[in-house]
Formats: sequence, C-alpha cells, structure tokens
Amino acid sequence: MYALRLWSTRHARGLETAYRALDAGLAALAPLFRLIGHRHLERPAAAFEKAVKGLFFDCRMCGSCVLHSTGMTCPMNCPKELRNGPCGGVRADGNCEIKPAMRCVWVEAWDGSQRMREPRAAFAGIAPPLDRRLSGSSSWLRHLREQEGARS
Amino acid sequence: MILADEPEAGQPLHILPGHSSPGRLERVLRAGAFAVTAELAPPDSADPEEVYARARIFDGHVDAINATDGSGANCHMSSVAVCALLTRVGYSPVMQISCRDRNRIAIQGEILGAAAMGVCNLLALTGDGVESGDHPGAKPVFDLDSVSLLALARTMREESRFESGRKLASPPRMFLGAAENPFAPPHEWRAERLARKAAAGAQFIQTQYCFDVPRLRSFLAAAGDLGLLDKLFILVGVGPLPSARTAEWLRRNVPGVYIPDAVIGRLAAAGDARREGRRICVELMQEIRTLKGVAGVHVMAYRQEEAVAEVIAASGVLQGRVPWNPNRDRKASQQKAAP
Repeated sequence: MYALRLWSTRHARGLETAYRALDAGLAALAPLFRLIGHRHLERPAAAFEKAVKGLFFDCRMCGSCVLHSTGMTCPMNCPKELRNGPCGGVRADGNCEIKPAMRCVWVEAWDGSQRMREPRAAFAGIAPPLDRRLSGSSSWLRHLREQEGARS
Repeated sequence: MILADEPEAGQPLHILPGHSSPGRLERVLRAGAFAVTAELAPPDSADPEEVYARARIFDGHVDAINATDGSGANCHMSSVAVCALLTRVGYSPVMQISCRDRNRIAIQGEILGAAAMGVCNLLALTGDGVESGDHPGAKPVFDLDSVSLLALARTMREESRFESGRKLASPPRMFLGAAENPFAPPHEWRAERLARKAAAGAQFIQTQYCFDVPRLRSFLAAAGDLGLLDKLFILVGVGPLPSARTAEWLRRNVPGVYIPDAVIGRLAAAGDARREGRRICVELMQEIRTLKGVAGVHVMAYRQEEAVAEVIAASGVLQGRVPWNPNRDRKASQQKAAP
C-alpha cells in the first residue's frame, strides 16, 4: 500500500530497530529452523515475509532484500527496478518520470536513509544485478543461512 | 589533430600506455584537449547512406559521435549498427547501451560484437521507460541498471570474462562512459551517484542538457569534494533550443530536461527565437569551457543537427583544433600525391 510505504520511509529508524530485533530473533530460532530444515520452512517463511513486507514496503519478493541499505524503501517499486540509485528522469517535484503520481523510490530512499543510524553507509557500494532465480524466495531465511555460513 | 600513428581509415589505432581503448576520444581527452562530442539520431531506415549523411554534417567539428539506443523509447536503427557503419570510414562512435531492451546475455554479446567492429567507446544508460515511446506496450527489461552495466563492461575488459565467470579469448577494449543529470532531484545525492558510477568503472561522463550553470557549478564542487574531477572526464550536455514553445514542451514532456524560466523568457522575447537559441547555446558553451573539472561538451541538437557545426564554430571551444574526419584524410593524401 503506497501510503504505508511512505510511512515506512518516514519511520526508517524505528523500522531499522525492529529489523535488528528480528535479526536477533531469527538468530535465536536458528537451531530450531535447522532442526525443521530450511527446505520445509521455505514456503511458509516466504508467505509470511511477503505478507509483512508487502504491507509495509510493497515488497516484490525479489529474494535479494536490500531494505536496510535503501532507507527502508524497496527499490523494486521503481518501474525500472533500479538498484543503484535514481535515473536521470526524476521530475522537478521529486516524482517518478513513468508514474507521475508516485514519489521517486530513490528520492524516498535518500530521505529514509538520512533517518537511519549510518545515513552514508546506505549508499556505499555497488549493487550487483539481481539473481532472478531467487525471485519469490524468503530473503530472511537466506540471510540466516549466510550469517551461519559466515560464522562457521 | 593528426596522430603520428594514424592508420588507414577504419583500422584501429594503437592502445597507448595507460589507455584502456584504441579510440580517438580517449586520446583527445587524455591529451588534455577540450573535447566535443555530438549526438546522432539514428534513422528509421535500412539505408546506410542515411547514417553517413547524418554523420557528415559534424565533420571537422566533433571528436566522437554518440549513437543513441532507442532514445525516448522510440524505435530506430540499432546503436551497434550505426556505430559499426561509422567505424568503417574511421569515425569514432560512442555506442549508447540502454538497459531497457536487453538482458545481460544480449548486452554482453553486443559489447563483444561492437568491440570487434572497432567501436571503442561505450555509454552505459538506464534508458527511458517504454511508456514514453512509440511502443508503450513493449516489455521493459531492466535486467541491469547503468551502474551494474558499467561494472560488467569493466569486468569484461579488465578480467577478460563474462559476468558468469566464463573466460573471453580477447577482451573488449572500450573506454567506458556514463550519463549523469546534475539537474534532477535528489540534487544533494547526484555527486555521490557520480562517485558510484566512477567506482563501477566510468571514465567519462556526458551530462543531460545544461541550461543552469549555477547548478552545474555546485554539482562540480560536490564532485570535486569527493575527488572525482581527477578521475573522470566530464563532458557537459548542451544544445540549441529552436523556440520558447519547444523549450516549454521539452521541459514538460522529456524526463530529465530542466530549463529555467529565464532561458524561456529570453527565447520568447527574441525576434528570431531560433537565432537566440543558438546564441544562448554558444554563451553556455563558452562559460562551461572555463569551469574547472569540465573536459568537454556534448552537443545534442535533436532535429536541428545542422546547427551543431555552427554553434561549435561560433563558440570557439575547439580553439582552432580540427578533429579527425574522413575529408581531412582525403585532403592530406591528395596533398601527398601532388608532385
């Protein structure tokens, strides 16, 4: 929902805190998840993630979530699905060239990132092209697996 | 400017030490000359002569010619084909690649093919949305964006491999460029976006139309603070406006074009708006030439291509330098042949 999406950007800092809590919660549940097996959890986890992130961010389930580094604004709502910043067509009022009634996703991302703990970190680095095979899968479970992989 | 190792027209130059391409544009820029590039609108035609006719009007005035890639999401002859035709006679084309119409498989194939045809410059663009063109029902691709496209082209050149990791027998030696629009919001983030493009592999930048020099100055200052002016050759976009009405239309309908009221006011007040538009363009070029960190200008004169030579000559930005053109070679060989 567009209005809630804008709310999420304005409350990027609070949501960042919520995300950290979620991170800790997932880490605590990791042994249980391992016991059940990520393979069995994938579908319910993806459905849950889609419901929550769909509500707050109009999440498109790209499977490579970068919300924490884009001011809690989902870049997949950009009609060009840009993952490395705004295009040159942003209107003078900050709205999208393709959807004139919508704020540019990256103008929003800039606003949101300024509210976060490390505003500059949000725009560092180069986002690689999406792996389209991950579309529809749970990025939370994948994040958990990557963290476990990094630890072991 | 005649190079010591000038080959037959259409044959590649040598790659000089520290250069990444065998192209003329990179040579001119690295030699410290103020470069001039212009945009060629590809024809709606399968006749190569139409491409040559459009290129000829720039002869002796530009260092490189940009071939647009379905600009405004309108269908025209492909940029790779225009570039391949231009290299046949020795021109130095800049191949624009937009991410709108092709995925990474097609784009990488095209980069290899273009390099094989002697294309030495690539301009990585996001591309306009299909909604603004003549085929609004087409599927927008956007598998890559301009930044990931740059990174990919650099990987191909520097690491001699595809994105997949598969090895290339011979890498594409291309000088990599990107566009930037210092005049579009969010302004405070544009210089950082430039830094991201530089980090991804951009070596030169061609900007959107500049009609607002104070905004350009603050953009250049921000880019300087990030240490970008020594890393990038920035060519500022300019162009003549034919009338106040067209200017109004452009700023209302073309995404990313910003024209201050003062410019439109000047056009409206002028008796001969077309001449006034060219005068404004010349004044802008002369002012832009003096700015620190500007390496050249990129002239875009859609449907007014005949004005390009005139404004470049009137501005004096080339300072007497005559860029390579096929005619010049012909003259030189005639002189040589004469007893």
